[in-house]
Amino acid sequence: MQNRIKKKGDKGVPAISTSSLPDIIFMLLFFFMVSTTMREVEMKVGVNLPGATEGQKLEKKSLASYVYIGPPIQAFKAKFGTAPRLQLNDNYASIDQIGEFIASERDKLKEEERNDLTTVLKVDGPTKMGVVTDLKQSLRKAKALLISYSAQDISKD
Amino acid sequence: MARTRPEINASSMADIAFLLLIFFLVTTTMSVDSGIQRTLPPIADNEQDDKGVDMNQRNLMLVNINLYNQIGVRGIPIDITQLTDRAKEFIMNPTKNEELSEKEKPKEPINFFPNVELSKGVISLQCDRGTSYETYLHVQNELTKAYNELRNELSVTRFNKKFTELSDEERKSVTKVIPTRISEAEPRNVKR
Repeated sequence: MQNRIKKKGDKGVPAISTSSLPDIIFMLLFFFMVSTTMREVEMKVGVNLPGATEGQKLEKKSLASYVYIGPPIQAFKAKFGTAPRLQLNDNYASIDQIGEFIASERDKLKEEERNDLTTVLKVDGPTKMGVVTDLKQSLRKAKALLISYSAQDISKD
Repeated sequence: MARTRPEINASSMADIAFLLLIFFLVTTTMSVDSGIQRTLPPIADNEQDDKGVDMNQRNLMLVNINLYNQIGVRGIPIDITQLTDRAKEFIMNPTKNEELSEKEKPKEPINFFPNVELSKGVISLQCDRGTSYETYLHVQNELTKAYNELRNELSVTRFNKKFTELSDEERKSVTKVIPTRISEAEPRNVKR
């Protein structure tokens, strides 16, 4: 008798319900959407940031504008050589274009936030300071006084 | 007649979500930008203002980096590992050395610190156009470390907490007692 009943209910292992799988994946998706940011620009210069232990995190990413200095990447070496170049947005730029760049970055911000614009300098380690100093002078002229020397965080704790 | 209602097949939903997930993983970056933050001095309107204020020699610690990435403090070469300690000694001047920075009373009272004296010391960082950025940043890092350590020490003695654990009010006061005063002069080409 008991044997019969058991046999009646025996239809193999029931399939695991996968209906919650999309929810789990969506959760992951939202997590990544919130915790990450879009890549800012396409890199045309190679930047290997020096390490620093005392780096501070940028408080507001929306207030940051990025300036890159480094040697051109492999694909552009033949055309532009290996001397360090300045990159603004997606293109190589000359130091005279800084003023224009800062003005356009300022325009993107709200009126009350314009003075908090922080220029993040992403400079390749072996670059000579001459280029960086010229950049700093142009930033002073453009009245973009808040800067951040971007560095890799190598703090031990 | 009982009709079976057809269910929408949702099994591909997971695939769609996966696809989106992978798209975001590829196009975004996780890294939080960290860096050493500085405020540049506003540019002077005319040449004469650019000379800066006259200040007592003892209140200025000149840090030089030359073309060969060698570091000198007040003209004497030192190793980068000693820089933090030298800077701390210069700012606080615990032995009241005549050569190191002077103290002054704060212009307005600072919360939590009624009888504090502020250091008048300024660290001036000069580099050559040929100095590598890496060295420059390391020096900046060491100098920042000096200020951070001093603030930390002050917080521990006064509040028995680390600087990072202080409340906003307390942190503001500590920063007022030990403000970051690093001047980044324009590089001079020949300066020994």
